[in-house]
Amino acid sequence: MPELRKARIATASLAGCFGCHMAILDIDERLIGLMGLVEFDRSPVNDIKKFTKRCDIGIIEGGCCNEENVHVLQDFRRNCDVLIALGQCAIMGGLPAMRNAVMHSENPLLECLEEAYISGRFIRNTTHQIPNDPALPLVLDKVYPLSEVVKIDYNIPGCAPTGDVIYSTLASLLAGKFRGFERELIKFD
Amino acid sequence: MSAISDTGTRRDTTFTFTIDGVEIRAQPGQTIMEAADDAGIYIPRLCDHEGLRHQGSCRVCTVKVGGRSVSACTQPANPGTNVESETPYLTKLRRDLVEMLFHEGNHLCPMCEASGNCELQAMAYRLDMTNPTKFPYLEPNRDLDASHPDIALDTNRCISCGRCIRASMDVDGKGLFGYVGRGIKRRVAVNGMDLAHTDAAVTDHAISAEVCPVGCIIRKREGFRIPIGEREFDKGLIGHEIEEKANA
Amino acid sequence: MDVQTSQAPETVEAAPPPKAEILEICAEYGNDRHRMMDILHTVQNRYRWIAPETMEAIAEATDLSRIQVEGVASFYSFFSLKPKGRVTIRLCDDIIDRFHGLDAVVAEFERALGIKMGQTSRDGAFSLEFTPCIGMSDQAPAAMINDVVITKLTREKARDVANALRAGETPEKIAVPGFSPSSAHERANRMVNSNIRHAGEVLLGPVPQNAGLTKAVSITPTQIITTMEESGLRGCGGAGFVTGRKWRFAAGGEAERRFVICNADEGEPGTFKDRVLLTERPHLLIEGMTVAARAVGAREGIIYLRGEYEYLRPLLEEVLDERRAAGLLGTEIMGVRNFHFDIRIQLGAGAYVCGEEGALISSCEGLPGEPKTRPPFPVQRGYLGYPTVVNNVETFCHAARILDKGAKWFFDMGKEGSHGTKLFSVSGDCLNPGIYELPYGHSIWELLSIVGGEDAAAVQVGGPSGTMIGRDSFSRKLTFDDLATGGAIIIFNGSRNILEIVEYYMSFFVHESCGYCTPCRVGNVFLQKAIAKFRKGLANPEDIEYLRDLSSTIIETSRCGLGITSPNPVLTTLKSFPLIYSTMTKPTKDGIRDTFDIQAAIDGARKIAKRRSYIFDKDFSQ
Ligand SMILES: Cc1cc2nc3c(=O)[nH]c(=O)nc-3n(C[C@H](O)[C@H](O)[C@H](O)COP(=O)(O)O)c2cc1C
Ligand code: SF4
Ligand code: SF4
Ligand code: SF4
Ligand code: FES
Ligand code: FES
Repeated sequence: MPELRKARIATASLAGCFGCHMAILDIDERLIGLMGLVEFDRSPVNDIKKFTKRCDIGIIEGGCCNEENVHVLQDFRRNCDVLIALGQCAIMGGLPAMRNAVMHSENPLLECLEEAYISGRFIRNTTHQIPNDPALPLVLDKVYPLSEVVKIDYNIPGCAPTGDVIYSTLASLLAGKFRGFERELIKFD
Repeated sequence: MSAISDTGTRRDTTFTFTIDGVEIRAQPGQTIMEAADDAGIYIPRLCDHEGLRHQGSCRVCTVKVGGRSVSACTQPANPGTNVESETPYLTKLRRDLVEMLFHEGNHLCPMCEASGNCELQAMAYRLDMTNPTKFPYLEPNRDLDASHPDIALDTNRCISCGRCIRASMDVDGKGLFGYVGRGIKRRVAVNGMDLAHTDAAVTDHAISAEVCPVGCIIRKREGFRIPIGEREFDKGLIGHEIEEKANA
Repeated sequence: MDVQTSQAPETVEAAPPPKAEILEICAEYGNDRHRMMDILHTVQNRYRWIAPETMEAIAEATDLSRIQVEGVASFYSFFSLKPKGRVTIRLCDDIIDRFHGLDAVVAEFERALGIKMGQTSRDGAFSLEFTPCIGMSDQAPAAMINDVVITKLTREKARDVANALRAGETPEKIAVPGFSPSSAHERANRMVNSNIRHAGEVLLGPVPQNAGLTKAVSITPTQIITTMEESGLRGCGGAGFVTGRKWRFAAGGEAERRFVICNADEGEPGTFKDRVLLTERPHLLIEGMTVAARAVGAREGIIYLRGEYEYLRPLLEEVLDERRAAGLLGTEIMGVRNFHFDIRIQLGAGAYVCGEEGALISSCEGLPGEPKTRPPFPVQRGYLGYPTVVNNVETFCHAARILDKGAKWFFDMGKEGSHGTKLFSVSGDCLNPGIYELPYGHSIWELLSIVGGEDAAAVQVGGPSGTMIGRDSFSRKLTFDDLATGGAIIIFNGSRNILEIVEYYMSFFVHESCGYCTPCRVGNVFLQKAIAKFRKGLANPEDIEYLRDLSSTIIETSRCGLGITSPNPVLTTLKSFPLIYSTMTKPTKDGIRDTFDIQAAIDGARKIAKRRSYIFDKDFSQ
């Protein structure tokens, strides 16, 4: 029997708080067993910034709030067989998407940025300007859940997801027998 | 019109019918859901609530009787009928309905104080609402009413179940709430300029934690008190209390 | 149409009407909350809006809460919580009107009145808005000006109308120019053409006066019901329930009061046959209702007249008065002791769902037009909780004729299961749009050759809630078992865009859903958005399955007939014109969604930051 190739996994954090990545560590000691089955490609875990090879699984934390997020996400979609949205921000926008609901004025984005950087009650911004460094990616008109930008294959719910739900999902996906979640593991918070 | 039943004529004999093959006993005049509850069979529901008039609007309780879909909370149980409830097909319909409610409003559970105690969220868990969505988000921008010293309303989370309307009208005798508008613009509104201009009290049944199934009616200074793990639906799936009756 | 963002029309400053006057109006209706529709109509007509203070006053008089009054006032399209112009112009924006020059008419009104659709002029003189089909599809484009109707609008006619209105001419004078007509019938006819193209034996041919009613008083109520059952008459409002059986249910059991209600809501786009019966056969209709009253033992009747047909109200009132004077309505009808029956007219206010019998009863009771939970059915517990027969206008007319001519005469016409004749409202791309009374059983081909529509590419049978078929199905027959229809036949030639039609019909259902139940309220918005995606060419092949799947959820779980039929435009065109959908789809490239438009998404930021994108703009040096 030929030796099974290790599954290649890539991960990225977009408009998220990195909490979902930290949650991967909550897998605890089972992580060691898991590492025997996978190897990491592009990921903040190992600081690899570009895909070195096509990957079996891509895991994305956070939704899309700026153009760079979109770019990274599209890159992941093109380079991964299976793409997983990890956590509520990736699934439905999450906390950053709160701005979507307050944006129904004439120029909602400007209004939002002004409140965040200039007019907000608790803002202390000595420049009185909206940051506009050429290196800053352009902000999107609203925060998009991943599934509105690319096709997503699986969601792992939670904010942040528990180590258990991440582990059991990855383990069953790797074994090729993912059949949905145990109900006790489903949490949106 | 084909199924006119003689629910008007009451006989005081109990009768039997089946739900998913399980035979249960019912009183004349009982709805399918009432009879199911008594027998320890849980049929998912959102707009129906113990002690309030049946409304039949969320449609999450949809069951099949003789091939026809009906809402279990309003449909009278009939002798000898076979009711289908927990089939993969009906579960899928119910999941679609719950997902529609999520997408109609703004449901950002991680920052909602109802999370863990919310029936909509709990229903999503029970119905496995975990697949990537096909529905668009409508992202409404409805009013937030924090005018009242003890109560706030975030109608972006309202699922139009009308439980508060019936509770306030029928139990509290106040009529604090009502529906306005039509279609997708139909809303729950308060009987006054805002909540502060009504006689709403935090002690009203309509305001109590059990009536609003979601995080729309908020009792101020109460949120996030119960730690994660001890909230209503951390303890078990929605409906477990009814289902435990069957095992008892 | 974006359903979430309501276009804020320019509001006009107006003081709320004096409370005393509002209380007076309520008193005219006995401070009866069940007459809420009439109270609100009177207020709306007189003051052009229903102010918050007005709702308080009405609530006080009718012993309701303000929110309950607002629930009704905000439900109906013809009531307004903001001040409307003294003259409100409502243009029918149905797909037929769009295909027959609506754009030019809109442009002309907007130019001449200096306001956009959805707005009210600053001086409070005019409001302009769209409304769904007003029942004039054979003479589109059509419009309502306050309570009168003008038809066959062109750019020139629109300009003349707008100028006349600006010059202070009354809508009535514009709709009925020249000498004032001598009768209500003549007035209605000068306003709107009845366009009877083919008169059949039952309804539109010569009809002797009160022959059916004379027969009805000579036999027992049970014999009337048996005659109806034997005739094979089925309801003409769309659902096709057997009329005799309905009457038998309503007559059974104990009840203090019973009601007979005529459904003249005729809201299904493309249907206008009831309008013609109301105009040309009002006596026959009321005769039929009186027969039904005798059959089931009802003393009270209501004609629920859609708000769009308010111009017919004087005609109907006149006929009711005549019949009261002739002893054909009121007490001891035709001298028969214990046969008492009278009718009031209940005007609707712009809500298609009120054609659904439960919603219609709700509306008659002064409530928002929401369908009722069934069971109980109206024949068991209907209006105010009493047994109630609700029938379509045409059904009542047939009933009166059947009593005169006998069950067999009627039964022998048509086809097995579909007996007698039917009125078809024919509109769209054909030579002779109008009303055709034909026996059941004609094929679509036969009908098309009669009306001059042989080059049709698609026919919408039964309106948006019915069936859209293509040429390969034109041999199908107009019967209850094959192509059932309340009467609408809308013809589209090969130049019409099917997806545009479907998208319009979905927007119609979104607009008209009462919002009570989840699947219809929310699901139809999703369906409309999905069709829009197809029209833009942004759909994937999987989206076809999504359309089917979403449709079936809406159908399976909706609470009333509106939701159960609302996906029909999508489903029936998917079946009849599958290629139209599949050619509009393309597979996603690499799983990247075409619906996500990065250029649109960064455009706002580009303008605020005054720079281009390093990633998505090819030439970012400007
Ligand atoms: C959304 C909806 C709209 C309807 N509109 C009408 C209508 O305008 N006129 C009508 O007669 N029936 C309409 N119906 C059918 C009525 O509910 C009812 O079946 C009919 O009035 C019964 O009369 P019939 O048996 O004489 O047809 C509608 C049904 C639905 C679900
Ligand atoms: S109301 Fe319920 S479903 Fe909505 S955000 Fe709050 S917890 Fe989530
Ligand atoms: S506020 Fe709460 S109880 Fe009232 S209708 Fe909305 S979701 Fe239901
Ligand atoms: S299906 Fe539901 S929302 Fe639609 S009109 Fe009927 S009751 Fe109202
Ligand atoms: S619980 Fe039955 S419809 Fe909502
Ligand atoms: S009146 Fe315009 S289509 Fe019916």
